[in-house]
Amino acid sequence: MPADEGGGAWFEHAVLEVLPDLLGTALRLTKNRADAEDLVADAIAKAWLARGSLREHDRFRGWIFRILTNRFLSERRTLAGRPAEQSLDEGGPEFSLFERLHQPFLLWWSTPEQEFLDKLAREDLARAIDTLPETFRLVVVLADVQGFSYRAIAETLAVPVGTVRSRLARGRALLQSVLWEHACDAGLRPTVHHRKPDIA
Amino acid sequence: MSDPTTINCEEALRLLATYLDGELGGAEREHVARHLKTCRSCYSRAEFERRLKAEFDGLRREEITPAFEQRVRRLITEF
Repeated sequence: MPADEGGGAWFEHAVLEVLPDLLGTALRLTKNRADAEDLVADAIAKAWLARGSLREHDRFRGWIFRILTNRFLSERRTLAGRPAEQSLDEGGPEFSLFERLHQPFLLWWSTPEQEFLDKLAREDLARAIDTLPETFRLVVVLADVQGFSYRAIAETLAVPVGTVRSRLARGRALLQSVLWEHACDAGLRPTVHHRKPDIA
Repeated sequence: MSDPTTINCEEALRLLATYLDGELGGAEREHVARHLKTCRSCYSRAEFERRLKAEFDGLRREEITPAFEQRVRRLITEF
């Protein structure tokens, strides 16, 4: 059955079901609640007008997330003049939080990676995601927060699957480096205290 | 001669993220799974990455205020 049969009831029901997910994503993209709500409302309006193009109900989630993402990118392009996409896919050092936490001198004390995860708060993760450049934040949010497949993200962003994979790898490495900084600030990494020389 | 169905740690770690994302197909998925069963070091790394990945789930949904829900309902009914 075409998705637009039956008036707006199905649409309202479908929207309300994914609304918390849409807002969760919008909040990570825009970084503030008011802008996130505006983005979601804008995407819903756009989706309503385009609902005839949705052929199957079970594709609604991916479809409306694609609209939300495209609205966000479109607004950013308008504001910035052009997208800041290029040259971010390549390079950059690999960063592994596990390897940093798993260093022998830390293992003398306990299992630091376990301790780190136990102490990691939702707000810490949100703040870390917010620091990512937009190109990487998008794929990390779509893949790690919303659980979309590489293929679905590739379709949403109109890029090859390989680009999604490389952006995700780079985004996660950046994210882990931010979390490592957090771990250091939280005292999970022992700091070397240099004793000041005694002044005679 | 090395067993073609086994992979070393370097190869396993290269494939780990794709494996944990459920995006690795066929033989490669089996090779990583087998390696993780026999390599304690890579298994620890995989468990850490798996748990870290699970933490993201807490950010998936954001609470909807009654005012915002009303705004959305109005948006749909007024169109």
